[in-house]
Amino acid sequence: MSNEWPLWEVFIRGQHGMSHRHVGSLHAADAESAMMNARDVYTRRNEGVSIWVVEAAHIAASAPGDKGPLFEPANSKVYRHPTFFDIPDDAGAM
Amino acid sequence: MYAQMVKTAGTGVKKPKDMTAEEKAFQAKIDRNEKIEPKDWMPDDYRATLIRQIGQHAHSEIVGQLPEGNWLTRAPTLERKAILLAKVQDEAGHGLYLYSACETLGVSRDELTEMLLNGKMKYSSIFNYPTLNWADMGAVGWLVDGAAIMNQVPLQRTSYGPYSRAMVRICKEESFHQRQGYAIMMKMAAGTADQKRMAQDALDRLWFPSLMMFGPSNKESVHSEQSMAWRIKINTNDELRQKFVDQTVPQIEFLGLTCPDKDIKWNEEKGGYDYTDPDWSEFFAVLKGNGPCNKDRLAARNAAWKNGAWVRDAMLAHARKKAARKAVAA
Repeated sequence: MSNEWPLWEVFIRGQHGMSHRHVGSLHAADAESAMMNARDVYTRRNEGVSIWVVEAAHIAASAPGDKGPLFEPANSKVYRHPTFFDIPDDAGAM
Repeated sequence: MYAQMVKTAGTGVKKPKDMTAEEKAFQAKIDRNEKIEPKDWMPDDYRATLIRQIGQHAHSEIVGQLPEGNWLTRAPTLERKAILLAKVQDEAGHGLYLYSACETLGVSRDELTEMLLNGKMKYSSIFNYPTLNWADMGAVGWLVDGAAIMNQVPLQRTSYGPYSRAMVRICKEESFHQRQGYAIMMKMAAGTADQKRMAQDALDRLWFPSLMMFGPSNKESVHSEQSMAWRIKINTNDELRQKFVDQTVPQIEFLGLTCPDKDIKWNEEKGGYDYTDPDWSEFFAVLKGNGPCNKDRLAARNAAWKNGAWVRDAMLAHARKKAARKAVAA
């Protein structure tokens, strides 16, 4: 069995109420030490108010080859954007 | 704090007619300024070169802690000590960002560490010089971090996504390093005659080694054309060195110190200084392992790795035991 500590992905919520955002990764023996390491490596300058750590092996990711089937169907559905609809100025704020 | 003399894998830039369809699409993506991400297809030579470059960059950050660590217990005031400690901690962080970026290319952290420890991978030549007086902490921050910034700012636009993102984080933190260094120099240069002499001494010893950080002149730089086509090298060594000299000479004058290069001269026509090249035979000797501190640096890293082994193993054993206990309880 390898003696390298597992890899963890680190997510931080910034000051302004935004959602957690991926900031990087690190190695740690368990969740508790991953949390401590994330604090030291990624929040030395008040970058966050909350940390998530997730073991990298538990993340399911889409493959680059899936880009077409996953995202292309949205291209033809321009009516999902508000700008698709022509509303006269006279109708007021909308 | 970055890579020098990284040998680009492969046989040089291919003409479009010699490229496979995959290689063509890959190059087109880079030319459109799109990022390459870890799971995307990439040429083996691109991957191999990046592992060398990012790995060397990471090793430089880690080994770069040693010359400054030397002064942590000797800092003149508690405030200076706290600042230096914060800077050294940043360097550890920079090493970790870069190791993580490098690992996305399929090399493990332990493999990278072992290649540093057995000398298969290099770190920047600058860290093989000693830090002999307190003003060296000023000169290192100002000149060494200054030279690193010159190289790292353009690398924020490099083609490999994880490397680019690590560079963005590092650049944000690096300017603190340079300013704290210059602040030490200002204090020393305006201090007693002895303090000013120490500041000049630090500058005298670190000037040429700082110029070496950019690597040899373009003429001697191997394969850089391919690395530039891949956008993992953005500027030539000589361009960056010139920029560094042009920025630094007025800062030396501001301190009231003397530039160690006696022949430094403003050249109106090119809009930059004419300067003396460092002694490249010294540079190659340091890279080969014959600088003043090569043996000390590698011995310190090897000792840290060896002496820390039981801690790494114990933490992992504890984590596995806890996980097993939890599994039984569930």
